[in-house]
Amino acid sequence: MMRFSVFTYAAIGFVALAAGAIVLPDWAMFLFAMALAKGLVCLGIVGMMRGGVVSFGQGLYYCLGAYTATLAANFLGVSDIFLLTLLSAAVCLLVGLIFGPLLSSYRGIFFAMLSLALSMVLYGSLSKMSFIGGTDGLNIGAPTFLGWAPEGRPLQTALYLYVVTIVVISGALMRVYFDSEQGLITQATRDNELRVEYLGASVRTVMAYNYAFGALLGGIGGTIAVLALGHVDPEFAFWTTSGEFVFVAILAGYLSVPAVFFAAIILELVRSFSSLYFPNTWQLSLGIFLLIVIVTLPSGLGSLVSRRKGQNT
Amino acid sequence: MDLVATILVDGLIYAGWLFIVSVGLTLVFGVLNILNIAHGSLYAIGAYASASLVGVYFAAGGDAFPYGSYAALILAAVLVAVILGPLLERGLLRYFYGRDEVLNVLVTYAVFLILEDVMKLIWGVNPYFVYEPYTLLGTVEMGSLFYVGYDFAVIAAAIIVGLAVWLTLNRTQIGKVVLAVIHDAEISQTMGVNVKRIYLGAFMSGAFLAALGGALTAPMISVTPGLGVNVIIVAFAVVIIGGLGSVPGAAIGALMVGISRAASVHLLPEAELFIIYFVMAIVLVFRPEGLFAKTQARKI
Repeated sequence: MMRFSVFTYAAIGFVALAAGAIVLPDWAMFLFAMALAKGLVCLGIVGMMRGGVVSFGQGLYYCLGAYTATLAANFLGVSDIFLLTLLSAAVCLLVGLIFGPLLSSYRGIFFAMLSLALSMVLYGSLSKMSFIGGTDGLNIGAPTFLGWAPEGRPLQTALYLYVVTIVVISGALMRVYFDSEQGLITQATRDNELRVEYLGASVRTVMAYNYAFGALLGGIGGTIAVLALGHVDPEFAFWTTSGEFVFVAILAGYLSVPAVFFAAIILELVRSFSSLYFPNTWQLSLGIFLLIVIVTLPSGLGSLVSRRKGQNT
Repeated sequence: MDLVATILVDGLIYAGWLFIVSVGLTLVFGVLNILNIAHGSLYAIGAYASASLVGVYFAAGGDAFPYGSYAALILAAVLVAVILGPLLERGLLRYFYGRDEVLNVLVTYAVFLILEDVMKLIWGVNPYFVYEPYTLLGTVEMGSLFYVGYDFAVIAAAIIVGLAVWLTLNRTQIGKVVLAVIHDAEISQTMGVNVKRIYLGAFMSGAFLAALGGALTAPMISVTPGLGVNVIIVAFAVVIIGGLGSVPGAAIGALMVGISRAASVHLLPEAELFIIYFVMAIVLVFRPEGLFAKTQARKI
């Protein structure tokens, strides 16, 4: 069977997703853009999951990225989407590099809870900062694209294609990283950390890198989400937001990168249609859906692909 | 001086109900190894059930003996434990024993989402008020400050709950069996222990304590949807600070969170939401597995 390179898959993925700009109606394009933005955050969690740890506080970077972009737009007058993304990514990467080494020695539920505590510290702080909106949050204007300022459908299409481009590039790079020496050390850590250390690799360094990459992706995801929504508030860092990211990561599993974005889109669709058809019981529907997924696919959607590959070889 | 006393008393009151909720959470984790997000829902259901039962009590002529409403509060917690405990543990959680702990957290998160809407279906979205039990015990004067007597009753209830749980675990035969199951469920089973029953009993006890926390809080607040969402995360902070599975740890954790929060409310109100998680983060930085966690050897 012919095997394609990562970049061939990326090109196919780009064409498939970009086609959505032509065929999707406005509401679906917005929904997909939000799902893909959240998928970026979840991809960061999957990077950590490969090493056996799960961050329950990825809302920290989702929120930090969104606020950085909003503050830069409102107070510095920056409206260019590329500049806003770079700025948010840099801030989140920096914070990730500070907290990464600290969190790299924690495992299991303690890693989850400490990361959760950090995101709740941000939530608590932002909720009380009335000069940046407090619990009401802040609005952000429409972005520009290297001086071009589209409106209406062209703006939505441009934003959608922007998130698709970032998703495809990030996905391809993360796949390359997963298959690199560092990525394989991460996976070996999941099986037995102590053995990896005895073989001479620094598990803590790898974990810190994974966390920093997660922070970077979280910041980019938050920036795109706030630009699509036009509004940010402290709920971006609340534990339920982080919980949804973890759910998408678990739904996707740690075996496949495309599965992460697929899972994010599924969750967004389930949530939207639940809200539409069961407005008073959408949480109930979401909870039942969650349970069904956990029971039927304990290793995530990615396991379906790897199972098929296993059958073919 | 008044300020210090106020912070201490307010901190103790907050720590009291927080301990009741947290000790149930830590008990369930200790025995079942599941960090139960749905504990927050059980708390909220306890609050709703007690509001309903107290309402029924007074509607049925309870004014003649208003102190009977306290029995209604406790009965509500018992009913929640007896109905929902077996339903959740036997009906769902037992299928996930021994699985990844993060996956189990998500299972309970799903239950939490389901119960949030179930509560809205049963009790609606309008707030419930049951102020009668709160006013029955009068007020207590402490220097220049006046406190509602009920607040101190909650502290007393927390002390009773703490002692009861500790004595049961450490001074009774059933407690020894529970500790044996915590240590090694498989060996305990080979020695003739009915592990299933211990798991069910531990979960029902945890559910009772969550519901009791909610039931005792109901007279102090307006019972509204979304009650459990904030409680569970603060209870997590408490048990993580104290060390998962530790009863004394839950007590120390509740005191630390309660007093820090009270200090923040009086001295730096802007930091009220921030301080709880800040304390948790600081404790974890210096004691990565909490204050009272036992050191575990790493397996090669």
